[in-house]
Amino acid sequence: MKKKRLKKIKNTAIRKAEEVLAFSRPKSLRDVELHYCAGCGHSIVHRLICETIDEFGIRERVIGVAPVGCAVIAYDYWDFDVTEAAHGRTPAVATGIKRVLPGNIVFTYQGDGDLAAIGTAEIIHAANRGENITVIFVNNGVYGMTGGQMAPTTLAGQKTVTTLEGRTIRNDGYPIKILEMLSVLPGAKYLERVSVHSAQEILRAKRAISKAFKTQIDNKGFSIVEVLSMCPTYWGMTSIQSADRIKNEVSTFYPIGVIKSY
Amino acid sequence: MLMCGNDACGEGAILAGCAFYAGYPITPQNELTAYMAKRMGETGGVFIQAESELAAINMVFGASVAGVRAMTSSSSPGISLKQEGISYLAGCELPCVIVNMQRGGPGLGNIAPAQGDYFQAVKGGGHGDYKIIVLAPASAQELMDYTYIAFDLADKYRNPVMILGDGLLGQMMEPIQIKSVEGRPLVDKPWALTGCKGRQARFIRSLFLGDGALEEHNKKLQEKFNNIKKNEIRAETLNIKDADIILVAYGSVARIARAGMELGRAKGLKVGLIRPITLWPFPEKTIADISGKAKKFLVVEMSAGQMVEDVMLAVKGRAEVDFYGRMGGGIPTEEEILKKIEALVKQS
Amino acid sequence: MAKIKIKNKDRCKGCYLCIVNCPNNLIKISDQLNIKGVKPAVFSGGKCSGCTMCALSCPECIIEVYR
Repeated sequence: MKKKRLKKIKNTAIRKAEEVLAFSRPKSLRDVELHYCAGCGHSIVHRLICETIDEFGIRERVIGVAPVGCAVIAYDYWDFDVTEAAHGRTPAVATGIKRVLPGNIVFTYQGDGDLAAIGTAEIIHAANRGENITVIFVNNGVYGMTGGQMAPTTLAGQKTVTTLEGRTIRNDGYPIKILEMLSVLPGAKYLERVSVHSAQEILRAKRAISKAFKTQIDNKGFSIVEVLSMCPTYWGMTSIQSADRIKNEVSTFYPIGVIKSY
Repeated sequence: MLMCGNDACGEGAILAGCAFYAGYPITPQNELTAYMAKRMGETGGVFIQAESELAAINMVFGASVAGVRAMTSSSSPGISLKQEGISYLAGCELPCVIVNMQRGGPGLGNIAPAQGDYFQAVKGGGHGDYKIIVLAPASAQELMDYTYIAFDLADKYRNPVMILGDGLLGQMMEPIQIKSVEGRPLVDKPWALTGCKGRQARFIRSLFLGDGALEEHNKKLQEKFNNIKKNEIRAETLNIKDADIILVAYGSVARIARAGMELGRAKGLKVGLIRPITLWPFPEKTIADISGKAKKFLVVEMSAGQMVEDVMLAVKGRAEVDFYGRMGGGIPTEEEILKKIEALVKQS
Repeated sequence: MAKIKIKNKDRCKGCYLCIVNCPNNLIKISDQLNIKGVKPAVFSGGKCSGCTMCALSCPECIIEVYR
């Protein structure tokens, strides 16, 4: 099945091939240098969102809500309206915006600390109310902006600056599976976990993000895409090793795939 | 018609064109949340009962970002949960109205009326240098009228505005007149985020990482606050010209203090009253100007004494400033105030 | 035959994800340093199929693919 799909992708790419350019920077991604570390998944996710927005032609309708974390200055990179929420409160801010501007496309961009630690109540209740918003949830297993602390999604045994000997279940509990938790909420309509550790996975991630935005455009309700993402700096590895770590380790605990659809 | 203060406050918001309300249950302001649920449904506005007061203020943040008149309400503990959000609203220069029907504190306290949140409201309960305009109504009618103008002040200065009431005001029913508000222009909000159709993309944020950028932003905010101080001070004074003793009180305590003043006047004592209506910006001049002539100030609050400090700052030692207060939900009576006045007269 | 262009070598942070994602190993590490003191990735020519895998995996979005 995978071979057939790859061929299909290739065809679309080739049909586009008449244009001189088969791949270029999406328009809504400002042509500036990104501040993210080498090999950081945030940069890729930023681009996938902008590609989706360009393809749906909704740049002028979209309003982004940036988190507190590495992506706090996402508005420097996105060429559409963006506001910034207090740490963890992104879904509440997005709820406020979407309810009064139902015609706009509202999405939140959150890290694992923002969404699965301090913002747990907000994400659960936004999903439970079935808010017609899209959440892009970047899971890189640490708090990057503040220097590599344990996050709710840090794997058991993973070393961070606050789990020097590795995360222990006894002291720090288990890594949390937020999407699986949210999937039992009827209001949550589309939940998928993807990754950006390889070109093939990036293609799949792009499709998931498009499906999530389509869910909102079609007024179906709450959609969320969790993106397993590399953080070479605070995993203490090269970018290539970090990509492999997702393939071999992270995605075994956090399986890639559609968790719930409609 | 008869209305409790909480409902009157809600109607003031509806009259002002409030189109988004997020609330959370907490006594003694529950009637307001219920009233907004009803009225927002009738007027096509958005009502959300949020998962917490903290989420509620952030929803109001979102609605305000989108350019809509938005309000939240709570009572002391809930208002504490909103402080971070209020700091963000002030930092992003976003208008909104926050209603606090104070209750006994600290901690869980009780559900009786109190005024122990004065410092939190006027000195800034959240982080960073910011101010919010704080209006202190003393009746159900004023709850309606001040909530109404709170939205105009919020939009005019792009700043949060707080209505500081208490449980007594909220739940007491009083006659109300509803003024017609037809044909009132709503403020245009070119800064709001509504999708960048036909213009450059915009963003609203309070993060300023550039070198010196946040200091510049703070200077701009301070300029705004000074401007508010110049233009928006409101206070009421009674019999202060010939007074030997001037009572200073706000909200429901001002009405009790007034009764105490009248008891004193009936006994030939020269007593006056200053009632700050805006707690921030505080009516310093009104107090400072009279400080030289009056012999004594008596500040009366339902707290351990908070506004008394601002009175002292305004008086600057030119007159004696005394305090009488009841804590933990205790409500002073006019007789208690009279007794305190007589004691002060005897001393001088 | 297709080819790729690394638009701005000074923006390459040396993550080399493009190198491992190219099915035909046509991207090498340059021996010169860029402005960041990083040896950027560079297209070494050769039989490029224009599959865009390199461009997809580049976090900095600085690879353009031509056919």
